[in-house]
Amino acid sequence: MAAETKAPASGPAPASAAAIDEPAWVRRLLIAVGLVFIGLFLVLPLVAVFVEALSNGIGAYLAALRPPDALAAIRLTLLVAAIAVPCNLIFGVVAAWAIAKFEFTGRSLLITFIDLPFSVSPVISGLVYVLLFGAHGWFGPWLVANNVQIIFAVPGIVLATIFVTFPFVARELIPLMQEQGTEEEEAALSLGANGWQTFWRVTLPNIKWGLLYGVLLSNARAMGEFGAVSVVSGHIRGLTNTMPLHVEILYNEYNFVGAFAVASLLALLALVTLVLKSLLEWRFGHELAASRH
Amino acid sequence: MNIEIKDIQKRFGDFVALHRINLAIRQGELLALLGPSGSGKTTLLRIIAGLEQPTSGAILFGGDDLVGQSLRERKIGFVFQHYALFRHMTVFENVAFGLRVKRRRERPGEAEIGKRVRRLLDLVQLGPFGGRYPSQLSGGQRQRVALARALAIGPRVLMLDEPFGALDAKVRKELRRWLRGLHDEMGLTSVFVTHDQEEALELADRVVIMNGGRIEQIGSPESVYEQPASAFAYEFLGNVNRFECTISNGEAVFPGGTISVSEDVVHNGGEAIAYVRPHDIEVFSGPAIAALPATVRYISAAGPLAKVEVAAADDRLIEIELARPVLRALALKVGSLVHIRARKARVFRRDTEPSPGEALSMRGEGRYPEQATPPAPMWHI
Amino acid sequence: MFARFLPRRAPSVLPGFGPALGFALAYLSIIVLMPLAALVLRPAELGFSGFIAVVTQPRVLAALRLSFGASLIATSVNAVFGLIVAWVLVRYNFPGKRIVDALVDLPFALPTAVAGVALTALYAPNGWIGRILHPLGIEVAFTPIGVVVALVFIGLPFVVRTVQPVLQDLDREVEEAAASLGASRWQTIVRVILPAILPALLTGFALALARGVGEYGSVIFIAGNMPLVSEIAPLLIVIKLEQYDYAGAAAVGVAMLSISFVMLLVLNLLQRWHRGR
Repeated sequence: MAAETKAPASGPAPASAAAIDEPAWVRRLLIAVGLVFIGLFLVLPLVAVFVEALSNGIGAYLAALRPPDALAAIRLTLLVAAIAVPCNLIFGVVAAWAIAKFEFTGRSLLITFIDLPFSVSPVISGLVYVLLFGAHGWFGPWLVANNVQIIFAVPGIVLATIFVTFPFVARELIPLMQEQGTEEEEAALSLGANGWQTFWRVTLPNIKWGLLYGVLLSNARAMGEFGAVSVVSGHIRGLTNTMPLHVEILYNEYNFVGAFAVASLLALLALVTLVLKSLLEWRFGHELAASRH
Repeated sequence: MNIEIKDIQKRFGDFVALHRINLAIRQGELLALLGPSGSGKTTLLRIIAGLEQPTSGAILFGGDDLVGQSLRERKIGFVFQHYALFRHMTVFENVAFGLRVKRRRERPGEAEIGKRVRRLLDLVQLGPFGGRYPSQLSGGQRQRVALARALAIGPRVLMLDEPFGALDAKVRKELRRWLRGLHDEMGLTSVFVTHDQEEALELADRVVIMNGGRIEQIGSPESVYEQPASAFAYEFLGNVNRFECTISNGEAVFPGGTISVSEDVVHNGGEAIAYVRPHDIEVFSGPAIAALPATVRYISAAGPLAKVEVAAADDRLIEIELARPVLRALALKVGSLVHIRARKARVFRRDTEPSPGEALSMRGEGRYPEQATPPAPMWHI
Repeated sequence: MFARFLPRRAPSVLPGFGPALGFALAYLSIIVLMPLAALVLRPAELGFSGFIAVVTQPRVLAALRLSFGASLIATSVNAVFGLIVAWVLVRYNFPGKRIVDALVDLPFALPTAVAGVALTALYAPNGWIGRILHPLGIEVAFTPIGVVVALVFIGLPFVVRTVQPVLQDLDREVEEAAASLGASRWQTIVRVILPAILPALLTGFALALARGVGEYGSVIFIAGNMPLVSEIAPLLIVIKLEQYDYAGAAAVGVAMLSISFVMLLVLNLLQRWHRGR
């Protein structure tokens, strides 16, 4: 063996030890496989949405967003999110306070229950409300007699949306608040703060980025939910159609430009969500819960 | 197995972690690489073991150059600082790992593996623990599993990175003694890295003192302790009092006294530092020739040697160690006025003084070659 | 008075436990527990034999088989490629890595209906990908393969995001130890790295599987929804609801949940067995 040793490849030396690195060709192959997979399954569909939406030009695109039905769908989607997200925000904070700051029996069971909506098919999430409030549901006859409509109306859509976005905020906050412990709150109380002051001045500032993170994810889901809402909505154009449902209707009518135009708005929402989420993770990663998803 | 390290250099980008290191490791010896963190000792160990590639230089094992050879061919037993045990395997499987991953031709049969692993577990006194998982063991036990695992491959050399770093003081002492015994029994060439001078001095046959990516001194524990080759080595090996002084006309002058020195290497008018070990200071209750007046500030008499702290006229604190009978004879109390004199001291030029906080690699180039230079002249205060 | 009805808890000086827990339980009961109870109780009106009769209809069986089978295949694909993606994101540097990392979450953020129409547009015989596959005789859209494609899209982030942090925390010293003991890189990967990330991989697998079984929005566009061939179980629920067959819909729902539960239980036991070993 030559006494003169080969110098490592020029460029920045990797911090890792040379002894346990894969050969360069393996590395390149794996990166290529990963990127092709992501490109094929994630990037291409995203690109397709915008390409299809603009396939007849920007004029046709904008025109497709102007019909009253489309505008009504956008309004309804915003309205539903504006109700569902704050409801779950309040629940998430309250539940996390009880679960993370106190020790009590049945705590882990409670956490399991909070996670339940994640493991249920969206269609079932809608179905359960039909079973309760539909014409043939448990409370159906009473609701009909009192002229209250929940299913095939906005309240049903809101309920289904609350169900599917139920765990997001709580799930983000519980591990975060557990990690932070109770010392700071105890210090505040010992300094004479009352419960509300302690919450507003100590707890909330500590969890604000985690809270925002949970709200972000739950908002994306609330605006984009399809299966659950589809079951309870009744698809009444202009009245109970959210944006994702409107995409379906237009698509089934072969109005592809219209469908993809509305879809592109939702895709933009997804992109904005991803950007904000990444920003939060990069900037405030240490102030978010250790466990993701 | 003789190991010769020739001109090994290691850079990470612009940072030079090792400057042309030359070192010969002798067959069967237990060698310590001693230095503060960032001195390059671990990098050197990892390069010898093949966990990292040097930027340039050669490593000869009994004449063969190892650089570029795979870890598998090197057959070096490496014990990691945090043990790096495979946590999903039992102790038995951890030790057997190196045998199981051998090429089919060389792989021993299942019965042979079992026999060898059990022998090793007995050797490290973990015979009954083969079925346990690493998480069920104490730190000292994990360390011994790591050692048995490294020995299982029949290594040509054993290398240990801070082998006792993560253990508490008592276990550390026990393991140290036990490891020394094991080494003597097996006669395996061993190299270990440590930042603990006591550990290096107590355990090793030879000590390599490293600093700033260079070797400061190599020698037996006695020689490096008694005759540190540099100011750095002096400060690093044990407690020491520093006296800043200037040299003029063969005298070292510092606040509180003037000491005549027989000038040799220190230039006239040069800034210098005199180093005096705490046990090399004599204490007199009355005035004495060339002694410095001082006031006793603190006495701690717990332990075989009493620690006495005195303040010189300029309020500089000086640490002194006295045998307890001496302390009693002097009848020292806090506030007593005493005179002190160094029995032994060494003076180094000011610019060789180690300067913590500064980039160590900025220090003078090549002042201390591989082997320790003969000790610099001794200065008597 | 009220305190007596609260669960036993360790003493704490922090206020608000009673009201907070009370509110959380009430909200949870109204939004989640009561509706789910309605789901579980509804098929009771069919009787046990009626329930069995519903879930053993050929159309229902075919739909359940497709939902679970396609999800299993898609999740297996994701287990392999998701592992590669996670590995590449953790271990290697390449331009655009952060963007790729962020993109992995796209299926979480993109509404499923949008994914559905987009995938259909791509894989339809005249779509970008369909145009290449169609001449080769491979039909993706409007076949069970299309269902798998949609579920691969949906499931990918579950695998990547559960494996990634574990891979990140993996101690590189352990890999060096394996190498210094003479293991080849391949042996190190198979014997040391894979066992260490297996529990996380199983968790990701379970999450992706559960999600795939229930997935609706992204599938119905690309599936073609032919009874007995490419009709998924959630769609069958919708169809039964449109016929006002509430009990039948609930029965299919309960069947889905039961099978999911059993699968997750098995995975969970597998994981526990692995951890306890």
